[in-house]
Amino acid sequence: MSLPLELVKLRDEIRGYAKQAGLDFFEVVFELLDYDQLNSVASLGGFPVRYPHWRFGMQYDQLSKTYTYGLQKIYELVINNDPSYAYLMKANNIVDQKLVMAHVYAHVDFFKNNTWFSKTNRKMIDTMANHAVRIREYMEKYGVDKVESFIDRCLSIENLIDPFLPFQPKKRSKTKEDEEAQPPQVGRLRVHRSYMDSFMNPPEFIEEQKRKLQKEEGQSKRVPLSPQKDVLKFLLEYATLETWESDILSMIHEEAYYYAPQWQTKILNEGWASYWHSEIMTKRALKDSEIIDYADHHSSVTAMQPGKVNPYKVGIELLRDIEDRWNKGKFGKEYDECDDLVIKKNWDKKLGLGRQKIFEVRRVCNDVTFIDEYLTPEFCERLELYTYHFNRRTNQYEISDRDFKKIKEKLLFSLTNMGQPFIYVTDGNYLNKGELLMLHQYEGVDLDVHYSKETLKNLSEIWRRPVNIETEVDGQKKLLTYSNGEFSEKFL
Amino acid sequence: MLYSVKRDHARFRSIVKGKIKSDLKKYIIHGEMLARKGKDTVTIPLPQIDIPHFRYGDKEKGGVGQGDGKPGDPISGQPGEADGSGEAGNQPGEHVLEVDVTLQELAEILGEELQLPRIEPRGHKTMRVIKDRYTGISKVGPDSLRHFKRSYREALKRQISSGIYNSETPVVLPIRKDLRYRSWRSTVEYENNAVIIYMMDVSGSMGDEQKEIVRTEAFWIDTWLRSQYKGIETRFIIHDATAKEVDEDTFYKTRESGGTLISSAYKLCQKMIETDYAPSEWNIYPFHFSDGDNWSGEDTKLCMDILKAEILPRVNVFCYGQVESRYGSGQFYKDLKEEFGDAQELLRDAKVTNYSEQVILSKIENKEGIIQSIKDFLGKGK
Repeated sequence: MSLPLELVKLRDEIRGYAKQAGLDFFEVVFELLDYDQLNSVASLGGFPVRYPHWRFGMQYDQLSKTYTYGLQKIYELVINNDPSYAYLMKANNIVDQKLVMAHVYAHVDFFKNNTWFSKTNRKMIDTMANHAVRIREYMEKYGVDKVESFIDRCLSIENLIDPFLPFQPKKRSKTKEDEEAQPPQVGRLRVHRSYMDSFMNPPEFIEEQKRKLQKEEGQSKRVPLSPQKDVLKFLLEYATLETWESDILSMIHEEAYYYAPQWQTKILNEGWASYWHSEIMTKRALKDSEIIDYADHHSSVTAMQPGKVNPYKVGIELLRDIEDRWNKGKFGKEYDECDDLVIKKNWDKKLGLGRQKIFEVRRVCNDVTFIDEYLTPEFCERLELYTYHFNRRTNQYEISDRDFKKIKEKLLFSLTNMGQPFIYVTDGNYLNKGELLMLHQYEGVDLDVHYSKETLKNLSEIWRRPVNIETEVDGQKKLLTYSNGEFSEKFL
Repeated sequence: MLYSVKRDHARFRSIVKGKIKSDLKKYIIHGEMLARKGKDTVTIPLPQIDIPHFRYGDKEKGGVGQGDGKPGDPISGQPGEADGSGEAGNQPGEHVLEVDVTLQELAEILGEELQLPRIEPRGHKTMRVIKDRYTGISKVGPDSLRHFKRSYREALKRQISSGIYNSETPVVLPIRKDLRYRSWRSTVEYENNAVIIYMMDVSGSMGDEQKEIVRTEAFWIDTWLRSQYKGIETRFIIHDATAKEVDEDTFYKTRESGGTLISSAYKLCQKMIETDYAPSEWNIYPFHFSDGDNWSGEDTKLCMDILKAEILPRVNVFCYGQVESRYGSGQFYKDLKEEFGDAQELLRDAKVTNYSEQVILSKIENKEGIIQSIKDFLGKGK
């Protein structure tokens, strides 16, 4: 449903403020939905059309229940597309609508300008609809259950991608010279007198040598040549899949890459949007009568619960911190080397570079670099951050430390590779039996063994041969195997 | 566009129901779904619906949190990243899916799984139940229903708009017209009345494990009977050598010591029925759980007399569950069996004598025995 006149006016007003503030966004199409429609769209990840799958129903179930019981409601939903689509809830009051619009324009600015989004598909709405059509066709042809189960298996490994792959230079495809350069020579025995050649190297002998050579060539070609992080892509290239299976896997692959930057920039993206809705609302858009509703709403979004890190809160606070530091010149060698806390606290060189700096951060950072570069001990203290661990003896989570280095380390660990373990394909012909071998690059934290086994099972159903993964369990190197319906483990 | 989600939703529900059915036995044994939330929903963690990924083991991971506390202090609640509000196209993160199943649904699943017959209630729909539901906010009402947050928000609004509010000294004083109250609507329904009277032996020999069994079993009995009767009441009696009525919490937690006189509980039960529950209007379900170690044969005889003369004529069924304790299984089960016969066997042999149909006996050896026991108790549709 398109917007009523009142909201159109508001949208134009907010859009004007956003432009003036220097935000640069794709056009945004706002749709007005009731709560049930909003929940439906949200459960499809914001897209009007997706392929049929139970997990969308599962999300719908959760959303509508949490909404009904008053536990939570979606307050903004926007998708990275050109033009972007954003949804407003009909029942929200005017203040909320304004806030959401301001928030959305900042998100879209982020989508458009942040470098990690630069390779994403900007016509994803069309692509998703296209996927839906193809998968529906397969379901009609091969049966809903069969296709859905295959999708389930693919989803089981959808996190095994390489988010940096889109940024690597394309491999040079083989040129003609490469092909022609020196075909390997067939081994012939040396002959001193040419008339002896047909005796020394009879045709049968040459044939045998040729076969030997081909065999050797085949063996030396290890697949993949070096460990490959994009397991999905490897499967697309080397697994023996039906055409429809391969097509579905390629769709899941594409969708995973579309979503990856959103996982990589959760804190920064939400922080950026919250920063701007706050700027636009408090400085420009709010009427006096609306201030309380706005404050109520804003504080509930940025509220911290004990034991949890709210990306909205950390994001907005860290951006404000950066703005403040660059306004006052609290950075660089001179500032870092100053050890007088009072001077440091009152440091103000009146540089006024803050705004410029946060626009730079929005352009080049993802969550990892954002935290790595700009998290300071003062900031951790102000936000009362701590690290926690699980105490096996008391069977509960306990605060471990408020040490800055440890906090930063833990935070970065949870953000690196989107908090997922690093898994690589190392051999597609393990033991020369066509088995798949993967490597879990151990970073000090064990895999969840139960989940790993189930994932191996799904994977082997795609690979159609036994699959193995090297990992470490309780300090011991182990090989987990799924083969012919059975799991096995052995020490390495 | 919305149609497709509804279809996905229906599909998801049916998968979940299937999942619950196959895992139901496991849940009952582990008692995992006992977290009662709100008035009539139960939260069941169902990690199986979570598509497996390679991921880190939860407990190993640890992480970063925020708030007060010294090193070593436990963190309240489940740590993890707060979801905030759903962002653009982000699928929910790494949390365990919890499927809310209403008790009604749960009972249906239970009934289907154990093939329980629906109960034929006695009596008429006589009980008039008035149900109040809070439905809105009004400007008048009793003080006890005053809505704090709303009232103060109104006051704050008024103060700011009239310029009284001073952010230096932020004092907010609601005046009469700021006050807001919760308002409700009443509806009248007629119900069959039913009462469950739980009796438990809390003598020294009943350990924590035995109580856990009783607790789990009572939960399922409760769930089933609630699905059959709307306005159900529950009463709780604990006994060792003497009996007393307690609330639900105490019922499961008390650990007494000392001897066992089962008759004390039966006497109290009888008194309860006489004073509060006229058999013509009530469906009455006494359940007794014990390890069966009664003090003396004499007391056992007294029990039988009370049962036959006072309790059995008034109740729908009388259920006795004997939990095996560290000291083995007691004599009381055998005594009841001799007196009333094994109801199941008698039914099979069609050799039904007086009251014997009303006495249902069940032995629960361990947690795995709970399902069979529920079937014993509720399988007759009484």
